[in-house]
Amino acid sequence: MKNKLLARLARLGGLSSALLLAGCELDVLDPKGPVGEGVKSLITTSVIAMLIVVVPTIILSLVFAWHYRQSNTSAEYLPKWSHSNKIEVVIWGVPSLIILFLAVITYQTCHSLDPYKPLEAEANTKPLHVQVVALDWKWLFIYPEQGIATVNQLAMPVNTPVDFDITSDSVMNSFFIPRLGSMIYAMAGMQTQLHLMASEPGDFAGESANYSGRGFSDMRFHALAMGNDEFNAWVEKVRSSSEELDGQTYPKLAAPSEANPVEYFAHVEPGMFNTIVAKYNNGMIMDKSTGKMIQVQQSAMSDMNMKE
Amino acid sequence: MAHDTTVQTAGHDEHHHESPVVFGFWVYLMTDCIIFGSLFAVFAVLRNQFNGGPTGHELFEFGGLGLETALLLVSSITYGFGMIAAHKNQISQVILWLGVTFLLGLGFVGLEVREFAHMIAEGAGPDRSAFLSAFFTLVSTHGLHVTCGLIWILTLMVQLMGTTEIPERMMNKLTCLSLFWHFLDIVWICVFSYVYLASMI
Amino acid sequence: MLGRLSFSALPLDVPIVVGTFIGVCIIGIAVLGLITYYGKWGYLWKEWFTSVDHKRLAVMYIVLALVALARGFADAIMMRTQLALAYAGNPGYLPPHHYDQIFSAHGTIMIFFLAMAFMTGLFNFIVPLQIGARDVAFPFLNNLSFWMTAAAFILVNVSLFIGEFSQCGWLAYPPLSETQFSPGVGVDYYIWAIQISGVGTLLTGVNFFVTIVKMRAPGMSWMKMPVFTWTAFCSSILIMVSFPVLTVAVALLGLDRYFGMHFFTNDGGGNQMMYLNLIWAWGHPEVYILVIPAFGVFSEVVPAFSGKPLFGYNTMVYATCSIMVLSFLVWAHHFFTMGAGPDVNAFFGIATMIISIPTGVKLFNWLFTMYKGRIRFHACMYWAVGFMVTFTIGGMTGVMMAIPGSDFVLHNSLFLIAHFHNVIIGGVYFGYICGMNFWAPKVLGFKLNEAWSKRAFWLWLVGFYFAFMPLYVLGFEGMTRRMNHYDNPAWYPWMLVAEVGAVLILLGIACQLIQLYVSIRDCNLPENRDVSGDPWNGRTLEWSTSSPPPVYNFAIVPHVHSIDAFMHDKENGIDTRQAGAQYQAIHMPKNTVAGVAAGLFALIFGFAAVWYIWWLAVVGLVGVIATVIARSANKDVDFYIPAEEVARIENEHTRKLMAQAAE
Repeated sequence: MKNKLLARLARLGGLSSALLLAGCELDVLDPKGPVGEGVKSLITTSVIAMLIVVVPTIILSLVFAWHYRQSNTSAEYLPKWSHSNKIEVVIWGVPSLIILFLAVITYQTCHSLDPYKPLEAEANTKPLHVQVVALDWKWLFIYPEQGIATVNQLAMPVNTPVDFDITSDSVMNSFFIPRLGSMIYAMAGMQTQLHLMASEPGDFAGESANYSGRGFSDMRFHALAMGNDEFNAWVEKVRSSSEELDGQTYPKLAAPSEANPVEYFAHVEPGMFNTIVAKYNNGMIMDKSTGKMIQVQQSAMSDMNMKE
Repeated sequence: MAHDTTVQTAGHDEHHHESPVVFGFWVYLMTDCIIFGSLFAVFAVLRNQFNGGPTGHELFEFGGLGLETALLLVSSITYGFGMIAAHKNQISQVILWLGVTFLLGLGFVGLEVREFAHMIAEGAGPDRSAFLSAFFTLVSTHGLHVTCGLIWILTLMVQLMGTTEIPERMMNKLTCLSLFWHFLDIVWICVFSYVYLASMI
Repeated sequence: MLGRLSFSALPLDVPIVVGTFIGVCIIGIAVLGLITYYGKWGYLWKEWFTSVDHKRLAVMYIVLALVALARGFADAIMMRTQLALAYAGNPGYLPPHHYDQIFSAHGTIMIFFLAMAFMTGLFNFIVPLQIGARDVAFPFLNNLSFWMTAAAFILVNVSLFIGEFSQCGWLAYPPLSETQFSPGVGVDYYIWAIQISGVGTLLTGVNFFVTIVKMRAPGMSWMKMPVFTWTAFCSSILIMVSFPVLTVAVALLGLDRYFGMHFFTNDGGGNQMMYLNLIWAWGHPEVYILVIPAFGVFSEVVPAFSGKPLFGYNTMVYATCSIMVLSFLVWAHHFFTMGAGPDVNAFFGIATMIISIPTGVKLFNWLFTMYKGRIRFHACMYWAVGFMVTFTIGGMTGVMMAIPGSDFVLHNSLFLIAHFHNVIIGGVYFGYICGMNFWAPKVLGFKLNEAWSKRAFWLWLVGFYFAFMPLYVLGFEGMTRRMNHYDNPAWYPWMLVAEVGAVLILLGIACQLIQLYVSIRDCNLPENRDVSGDPWNGRTLEWSTSSPPPVYNFAIVPHVHSIDAFMHDKENGIDTRQAGAQYQAIHMPKNTVAGVAAGLFALIFGFAAVWYIWWLAVVGLVGVIATVIARSANKDVDFYIPAEEVARIENEHTRKLMAQAAE
């Protein structure tokens, strides 16, 4: 009997220590990059500001409820009292001031944390450009400058801003690496942008943050942040793969698959990302610098149209 | 208005049960107005999404459209005559004017169906492009309302036949239908100018 | 002949569904058998199903809501159990195909059939009584609304056993919900259930709006209207403005699916972002449609049990109205991550935060209503104080998510799930249950058992914190909603805690059922009967009539002199009932079968449309239209209760009051 109880307690202890351990791993509040840092300090500031009202409200609810209970006949009872200008001023005023403060930081952070805003980096660091395509149910990463592509694995050098162009060749998804900060939707026929940077090496979990159907739970990837040399070695490793991505191999990749393994493509056909976006717009694509619609050059990918 | 609810006599009581009908129907029409407003907004978003298909400029013809508009506008006037007759308790006149209104409305729906059939036959059906989806949906939602109005007119004509007097409940129905019919006219004017004219110019 | 429907549509290969089906059949046969055995069919038909009496409809709405609660909660605990198991390679017991239906059904049912039905039930309970009216403006439409809602709920549950439900979440975002990605019947069930119940809800909105505008008792000016009626009024306006947008959004999705149109498709020029805008232009007001009446409940309950008028009545009214207006300016905060510019996001973020000001003011108003009061801790007050504490936390996390910068990491995470359950359970549900306990004696004539209500409260409260606080943490750990399985070891223990919470809530629901059972069993005990009609020393007009009220509510329509009209009369020795006055015959609407018939035809139409059985769909549609026309042609729709009958009922009540006073 006693042993059972002890065993149960031990298990309970195990659970709570697991909770404590888990509690130390709040990915979003333990960011590994400047965007995540910005979000973290925003969350902290806003929570503290709100606690100014929230804590007294909760305490007062309990205190008033307890103190003015029927059995406490020593408490003052004013059966007619229902108005006080002073209290009204306070209960409108204090929350308004806090919201005013929050509104100011909201406006500022909307601009400073705008996912479309390029990140600042040390001099001579050229940003890495990655094009992301959400597929059923995996992530395709195209490195146009390196001419390579990968599935479900994203590598980046540390302290180098990464410029993501994001689209979907299927339903709506959301591209999210919790340790690095902001997410953005991936939508077919459209390009969204995101700028992230890792400030230390690591293997960060990435996921889709918008439900996209049957294989959604396994639509995960690894974001590997590494030193410059390791990154170059990684690129070489991808280049040594025997697979290539072009108009012929793409439809096979784009077909629905669940829990897709990591794949490397040594070579990717130039302009592939634009073709994927343009096939939902009658071959047109929005030019990022001018905002005008332009025709995508016809390529070997033109057979990759959408009529299925 | 709150005073109406004072129930001192049975006569008063009658009044208080009937009066909210027209007001209630008017409120309902405002919610209908929001449906049309949403459809107009959708049309505004999609009006240039031709998907390589035909544009409004290529599709719309002024002739049939003018006739449709004329039929619907005139039907509003004839309905008005019907209401005047109803207030004078001239039941055969009411039925006559309702009949005329019905025929004009039927003509409108017929022309619209013909226009749609023509477009679909040309390959410009609602599944051709987002623009055409929005166009067909907005215009046929209006057409569907007119059709409901036609059924309603017919129902009231039948209910009026063989009666000698128009009780308050019937008067309320006629008034509600009148609101409905004029409302559809207003919506049509918006459709005409925003969908057709703006696409043709 | 049968469209897409074939034998293979029956999910005979899913043991859980088959088991549920057998269970439902057994319960169903038992219930039907009991009704037959006691010969209650005629009674149910005459007194309830065809009734146009708002009090009867209120009870039917709430019964519907409780059935929906059972179904929706079964879904919830299945999801929690799945996630407590499906860790590190274990697939759990629900494959994605089944799991995805469950979370879609859970959201749809809880919002449209638990919350909306419960809210409509409370409106029906109280609004006409509170404004001194004899019924709503359109009693037949009220009955029709109920049967439309019921038909839609039946349709959702039919999907459990014939075919499948939507696997696209409770809002069915395209393009996932388009035919290309969801070719099955699931989304079609969703579409028709939403559209049919939408008709019911819209008519309810119009009905209560007109009732409140046109049928208030003499003397009840706008600023003398009880706060619950104010909230019902604001909620009705929100329904009238936002539900048509839902109708349009879902109709366009249906046109895409049925006619191959291109509103929200990837190709053909469709625009999926437009669906998000439309659905949230309804969806955000919708949460205020639900929560504003809950605020109204607390605004009646807290003063009644604190023995004081509501603190700051005017403020409360202005706050309610400003929330109503602001709720239309915030919809885009549901998709900050879509890539709109920083200025657009800032606008919607700040507009959202501004709503927290009037909401906070309301909380303070209830606080200062308790202040210097003499609080009787009836079970209702437990729910109220539990609400005040819990809702404050939910409000704070809501503002966190309203800041676009923060939302970029919290969006669609379990943090979001925790937030909206925090406000919907802690706000809406606690409010409605509080209201049910508060007004039950009025409608039923006996008080609900208090001890079981308090037990239910504690289990719900503690269960809520166990179930949803871990979800806040999981959100910070980057866990996304709608996952079917995972292998992050940090998430697992929190999922176990959440499962414990779900079990506690299950026990809470069990206590509520026991409460209902015990209350009905003991309904004739003298301490439970409400003879006076005013069990809590109430402040508003509904307490001035007998419990349950006579079918006509008020023999003589009361005159209103101030806010808290009934309390004013009691304090000044005015007999609100004017007992013994000269009674008049009272004009009342007759019961009708048209509502039941229209609901049945709508159900047939919905089912046929889901399965492409076009001939049957035509039958259903023609049936609905024919029913409405037949109803409009029917001249025998009302009757008079003779003055002698009114006098007899009123004198009987007066006699009981005297007898009680004499004791």
